[in-house]
Amino acid sequence: MRNNPETGMTLIVKTITRLTVGLILLFGIYIILHGHLSPGGGFAGGVIVALSFVHLMLAFGKDVAVARISKNMASNLESIGAMMFLLVALLGFLGGSFFLNILAKGNPFNLFSAGTIILSNISIGIKVGVGLFAIFLALVVLEKSK
Amino acid sequence: MNNITIIPLFVIIPLAAAFLTSLVGKFIKRSSETIIFISSLALFAFSLYARFLLNSAAGKIMVYKIGGWMPPFGICMVLDGLSCFMLITVNLIAFFVAVYSLSYMEQYTDKPKFFTLFSLMVCGMNGLIITGDLFNLFVFLEIASIASYALVAFGTEAEELEASFKYAIMGSVASAFIFIGIAFLYSFASTLNMADMARVLSNKQNEWVIPFVGVLFLMGFGLKSALVPFHAWLPDAHPAAPASISAMLSGVLIKTLGVYSLIRIFFNIIGATQGYLAVLMFLGAISMIAGVVLALSQWDFKRLLAYHSISQIGYVILGIGLGTPLGILGGLFHLFNHSVFKSLLFLNSGAVDYATGTRDLKETGGLGKLMPVTAKTNLVASMSIAGIPPFNGFFSKAIIIIACLEKGNFGYAICAVIGSILTLASFMKVQKFAFLGEIKDKFKNIKEVPFTMLFPMVCLAVICIFGGLMLIPSFRFFLDDAVAVILKGTSYASVVLEAAAK
Repeated sequence: MRNNPETGMTLIVKTITRLTVGLILLFGIYIILHGHLSPGGGFAGGVIVALSFVHLMLAFGKDVAVARISKNMASNLESIGAMMFLLVALLGFLGGSFFLNILAKGNPFNLFSAGTIILSNISIGIKVGVGLFAIFLALVVLEKSK
Repeated sequence: MNNITIIPLFVIIPLAAAFLTSLVGKFIKRSSETIIFISSLALFAFSLYARFLLNSAAGKIMVYKIGGWMPPFGICMVLDGLSCFMLITVNLIAFFVAVYSLSYMEQYTDKPKFFTLFSLMVCGMNGLIITGDLFNLFVFLEIASIASYALVAFGTEAEELEASFKYAIMGSVASAFIFIGIAFLYSFASTLNMADMARVLSNKQNEWVIPFVGVLFLMGFGLKSALVPFHAWLPDAHPAAPASISAMLSGVLIKTLGVYSLIRIFFNIIGATQGYLAVLMFLGAISMIAGVVLALSQWDFKRLLAYHSISQIGYVILGIGLGTPLGILGGLFHLFNHSVFKSLLFLNSGAVDYATGTRDLKETGGLGKLMPVTAKTNLVASMSIAGIPPFNGFFSKAIIIIACLEKGNFGYAICAVIGSILTLASFMKVQKFAFLGEIKDKFKNIKEVPFTMLFPMVCLAVICIFGGLMLIPSFRFFLDDAVAVILKGTSYASVVLEAAAK
């Protein structure tokens, strides 16, 4: 994270952002991975992941955030997330039915339980996270003419 | 893998095509066109095959349990006569529109994005038609609606953006009404499965929930299908979209999102009483007359067609609102016919726009000599929509009028006749100002549009000419099965639940 005083907000905001942005991202990933155990899941976690990047953009300016995820990468990742979700659904055909949960269910309340639910949550998390970030990018495309 | 596996394919194929297109379309030249052509052809073939399978299925119904969960708990997909009828209509039009778009969309940038949105719209419509779960219906409705908002704005000029904004606002209001309606039904019936809900509603008495929800759904789906008090978005949205999307919007989207959902919920879940039917007939009759009167004074080719969509949806709703077997048959047959000829008319308007760069009827003229195929197919479609005898529009309108007379609604029958005459007048105007007369000097050098645009127009024109044959007994099962599902009313519940239990 470059500390360019020309762009973004004040030093206070930048310092706090630098401290918290990683935690926000981590919390988003936590929510995604525990979707089958606790409230939240792919969508809620994806929104938090997207917020961490939006946070970065607000504090440091557009360029810093775009350097991490570009618009092309966001749109490709979004399609990949959707394809992954469809693939998880199609996996069910191996067991005979669309969306059938074919993986071993494991012990309840373990992180690795509930079969394909966790895979679905991860793909939804990717899709929603980069999707929301791409929407935010599209909204900040307009800027003051120099 | 058995026969029943065909049902989820109607959602899987367009969804996979949509995201595959957006993923590889940018890198591999012509890949998006290939993917969309194959997927829409496959969908059309599968919808015909589903019709074939349905004939041999017990009770003419197939129920697919997603994830193997039994219906009241899991989501199920139901393929019955009505869904099959709608699936064939949607996928037929979607296939021809996809072929047409291959050349037509050359005018716009970023074809892969267009095909992604197009495919998502088809996915939404197919999903809405085959789902057996009320909330699932809402989700697919939103997929189709949101894709269509983006597609209307595809040109990103001021006009398109304004139309799309208006459409998005009105569409979201409609979705909100539908959503609140579903929430009330859920809190009352404690189930979201359509069949189970129909069962609960018929056993549990309540004085206010059903009428209240009925009004919410009428407003919501009325907005989606652009019946007259709710039609304000349509005359802006249809002309602003690319011609192929206008054809989809007018041809199938307003029918799937509006009319089909209305039929499914009012007849099969809530159970249509005479009160609802009277309201539907009244709205239908108003739409019929108001739409065509507004269309008469239009000079923009596509805007004129958009007003005619309102008018023709009025016929469909009037026929279905009659509630008699003949009326419903007429309404559904008109729904199919309107899909065919209105898509054809919009494709024609796109061809005129493609060749001349304008769709103002005051500027065009004499195009018949330079664009013979477009002119002839347009003549066929105009005669169909006006209800001239050998074409399909005549048969469906005649059935609706006879059904009105049979039920003793002479006023509505007269409205239908007047609407038809005014339609003829307005399409004579199109013929005169677009295709007949002298060619203007600045259009001396225009050429007929490319083959991929001509092929869908010719095919649709052939369907217009021979569409009336669907009424002869050996082909009537296509319509009769759909009518039977509607007439069964709330006993849909027991049919679906029994089929699911097997």
